[in-house]
Amino acid sequence: MKVFIMPPNSLILYDLVERYGHTPLSLMGAISKRVMNPEIESPPINVTPNDVKKGLKYAGIEVPSGIRGRLAIWGPLVDEAEASIIMEDAPFEFGCVGCHRTDEMVRFLVKKRKIPLLEVRYPTSEDEAKVLVSKIKAFLEGLK
Amino acid sequence: MIKIAQLSCGTEYSGVQSEIEKAATTVGAKMVFPDVEASEIDKAVEEFGFTPTSAQLKLMIARAMAITDGRYDADAVFISSCFRCAEAALIRNELRRYVQEHSRLPVVTYSFTERTKSGQLLTRMEALVTIVERKELLARERQVGLTAGIDSGSSTTKAMIMRDNVIIGKFWHPTGEVVGSAEEALDKALAEAGVKRSELEAIGVTGYGRYTIGKKLNCQLIQEELTTNSKGAVWLADRQKGEATIIDIGGMDNKAITVRDGIPDNFTMGGICAGASGRFLELTAKRLKVDITELGALADRGDARKVPMNSYCSIFGIQDLVTSLAAGQTIEDVAAAACQSVADQVYEQQLQEIDVRQPVIQVGGTSLISGLVKAVGNVVGSKPIVPPNSQYIGSVGAALLSSGFLEGHR
Repeated sequence: MKVFIMPPNSLILYDLVERYGHTPLSLMGAISKRVMNPEIESPPINVTPNDVKKGLKYAGIEVPSGIRGRLAIWGPLVDEAEASIIMEDAPFEFGCVGCHRTDEMVRFLVKKRKIPLLEVRYPTSEDEAKVLVSKIKAFLEGLK
Repeated sequence: MIKIAQLSCGTEYSGVQSEIEKAATTVGAKMVFPDVEASEIDKAVEEFGFTPTSAQLKLMIARAMAITDGRYDADAVFISSCFRCAEAALIRNELRRYVQEHSRLPVVTYSFTERTKSGQLLTRMEALVTIVERKELLARERQVGLTAGIDSGSSTTKAMIMRDNVIIGKFWHPTGEVVGSAEEALDKALAEAGVKRSELEAIGVTGYGRYTIGKKLNCQLIQEELTTNSKGAVWLADRQKGEATIIDIGGMDNKAITVRDGIPDNFTMGGICAGASGRFLELTAKRLKVDITELGALADRGDARKVPMNSYCSIFGIQDLVTSLAAGQTIEDVAAAACQSVADQVYEQQLQEIDVRQPVIQVGGTSLISGLVKAVGNVVGSKPIVPPNSQYIGSVGAALLSSGFLEGHR
């Protein structure tokens, strides 16, 4: 199944989703398609003003362009997702979208889809980390 | 009294709460604030699925739920927040969707600045009240008797004479002195219909000059243009049942209205920027030295992508067009770029505040500019329906609705 991960650039979540036989929908995947595109219009990550306009599907014109540009990338991933894992309170080294408003909106978009969703908190100890991995494993194994 | 539930953030601190209340009072309505227990707020936010940082936005969510759950009684909903607050803009739009999905209440959204005055809110409030108070009148699908409709627009004044659901006379011309323009349009339409003014059983009036004209001509119906135009549009397009979106790009302001069975349930009104209006196309036509009626056909033959537009503004946008002409672009490409610019701006500024429902019916004077219809089709993803007499929507709606006042006398 296609599993949207949040933070969308978390390498650990990406690895776990892949390890348990699913397809992670991540920022890395979305951005790599743009970067591999030979027609470079707007380096470094090739988000063009036209993409920002596409973000209007998810947020109105009054919402700042950086949020709409981010939503233009992650919105379609959420639309495509069949399940999702959201990690709360993660430090930015774990994965970060760099914008709290986008975070709020993406979480909302995921919840609105009513797809299987696992919400977990970032572990603060090794024991919590073990419990977290088991939870994620159980969730991913339970997806059909 | 009509109760309009206010779901808002920042109105008191922006100094505009009294203006909102003034607009509501003017149209015979009252702003109300759904009561919620403090303990209900977190639960409501959890259920809604969006957890804003601002507490006032959390309260807005809880208040919306109190209305949709039926715990608080209201007739219409006004959702408002400060202009340029990103979090509030996200919540405002999603709350509007939520209220529409979970109730049949008419909703309007508005982002304000400290300069917002009651006059700017009046048409919106009036439309909300009309939808609630005149539901039966708005449900009318056939025109009966001999009635006239006048639409006193910012650019043009239109008049329409109808007899038993058939158009028998019509006239439009540029608006000059408001009452004089209306009387002249009415007399010319009457002449075409071959009837005398004294024979008319009712007159309806809409548009900017509605109150002045309504008083002078003793009109039975004086109604804002959001509901009147919707009615005229669905009648002309023969789409009285089901859902539709009406896009009316006017000379000075634009309206985007979603309707269910011909009755609006959500609408937005532009009007702060001439770059998104028919005025921009008039300026373009003037610069290209063509008549406005020729602009659409020119645009149809052009390619908007060839002309870079860095601004939607009616001053700087025109400057971009002039620069392109100087660089050797054809007038067809420039005309197409002007049409695309207006369509893009309507899309970006207004269509985000409503959920576009198919079919899209494009009306108003600018719907006669085929290049603009094509450009709107590009942005909404389907070819809009342009009904015959599409520039007469307001006057048709007014003639049709005013006939509702005849029922008891026939």
